[in-house]
Amino acid sequence: MKRISPAITQLIAVGCLWTFTLLTLSILLFIIAYILIQGLPWLSWEFLSQAPESMGRRGGIFPMIVGTFMVAGLAVLIAAPIGIATAVYLTEYTREGKFTFIVRFGADCLAGIPSIIYGLFGFVFFAIALGMGLSVISGALTLTLMILPTIVRTAEEAIRAVPPAYREASYGLGSTRWQMVTRVVLPLALPGICTGIVLSLGRSISETAAVMLTAGSALRMPHSLSDSTRTLALHFYILSREGLSMDKAYATASVLILLILALNLFAYWLMRQVTRRNG
Amino acid sequence: MRQEKLIALILQAVALSALAGLLLITVFIFKEGLPLILRTGLKDFFFSSDWEPDAGHFGIMSMIIGSLAVTLGAMLIGGTLGLGMAIVLTQFCPPKLASFLKPTIELLAGIPSVVYGFMGVVTLVPLIRSYLGGPGLSVLAASIVLGIMVLPTVTSISIDALKAVPRTYWEGSVALGATRWQTTHMLMLKAARSGIVAAIILGMGRALGETMAVIMVAGNALEIPGSVLDPVRTLTSNIALEMGYASGEHREALFAAGVTLFAVIMIFNTIALTFARRTIRQGRGQ
Repeated sequence: MKRISPAITQLIAVGCLWTFTLLTLSILLFIIAYILIQGLPWLSWEFLSQAPESMGRRGGIFPMIVGTFMVAGLAVLIAAPIGIATAVYLTEYTREGKFTFIVRFGADCLAGIPSIIYGLFGFVFFAIALGMGLSVISGALTLTLMILPTIVRTAEEAIRAVPPAYREASYGLGSTRWQMVTRVVLPLALPGICTGIVLSLGRSISETAAVMLTAGSALRMPHSLSDSTRTLALHFYILSREGLSMDKAYATASVLILLILALNLFAYWLMRQVTRRNG
Repeated sequence: MRQEKLIALILQAVALSALAGLLLITVFIFKEGLPLILRTGLKDFFFSSDWEPDAGHFGIMSMIIGSLAVTLGAMLIGGTLGLGMAIVLTQFCPPKLASFLKPTIELLAGIPSVVYGFMGVVTLVPLIRSYLGGPGLSVLAASIVLGIMVLPTVTSISIDALKAVPRTYWEGSVALGATRWQTTHMLMLKAARSGIVAAIILGMGRALGETMAVIMVAGNALEIPGSVLDPVRTLTSNIALEMGYASGEHREALFAAGVTLFAVIMIFNTIALTFARRTIRQGRGQ
């Protein structure tokens, strides 16, 4: 048997791998293009600003937009300070040891738990045991736990990327540890921390299974944190699955896709700021 | 100084909240689900396909097989594509292009799972139905959709693993006259092995835990699939489909299915974290 030359093998292998890569990218492009092409023609100011009628067959999605931002926004508002504080403690206040190992292990495990388990937990714990019912607050607290690991991880990386010289200079000027953290390290790490927060907001907006079991699926406008609400992703699921209205489903999906695109672009832009500054 | 100590103490307490969350989740899921598993008996719960909640039969075997089938299929597709992309991005792609492609893959992770499921229903399912036969809603459709969904996880962790391999290894191999592909598959992939294993296992966890997309494309039939074109119901979709109206023992049984899922995924996570840690240690040259 004649041996194939290494150069040919390389050509075949690399060709295959590039095919995989291009295939994946075209799938991504196809999904985004398909949803936007089908959905954008149905998008209008009325659709965004009106309440739905007859289960969403007619009318708009305004209450779902409000509900989505209430649930996702609240989750980020609660998770961000906790996550940043955890990251500050792990990086600035303690040495690598048993404690950091255990906290990181907890965060890593939390990151791997599927959303349906979060949903089950949020349902028995927040909705039933704490008596919050199917509500904005139950959904938000459930999502808080879900996005916490991402915020801790990204904040940790951002804080670690701040050069030690800044800390030494700050101490040299006589600042305490807390002053050093709040006035030197955190401002410098801010763009990196924000990247994590923006991506977590995107994840909260996309989430369906966990909010379905904790925030419910009420169509009306949520007026307080204890009202049940239906998020955009869940509304899209119900519209398409129950065949209520394909046009409205596509329009809702394109709103979701546009939101996710905007958040990811913003996160990407923030990342660029960091890399540019660090050289 | 006292103020500083107080701040350190508060931060330490807050740092424990992730761990506290994990403990709460574990306790509440097990408290709700474990009693039913023990009452039904391990054999009748895990090794029976008889799921009739109204009659008090809670056998989840067909769903376990369903979950395993779609997870395996997803890893064949997502694992291959994901690892392939990680190799391209780290070894065969100009760094400028790679720094643009990486956020693009992360965008893939940001798309809501319901959108993936929907795209599967409107594009993939009709294709399978007309060209391969069967109802279209099938193990195959779920595997392809899940494969694409787990791809970003596999890719980004594999990239980290490949980047952790010391540059000198690569230089040594190329200096000996190996082509870049020979260097990649004989050296880089071997050196990054534990990280890549971690990536695959974490991807499996993702596939196993995914819910909404699977409900939409898998068909949800309560039977053991005979071929990849048959519909299946997974553990996760069963929970999401029935939770809305379940009460009493039925609800407990759904939590019991959750306990099963939770336990398997925690085992996966622990294995993956052990492997991932090994890579970091290798990267530091210990």
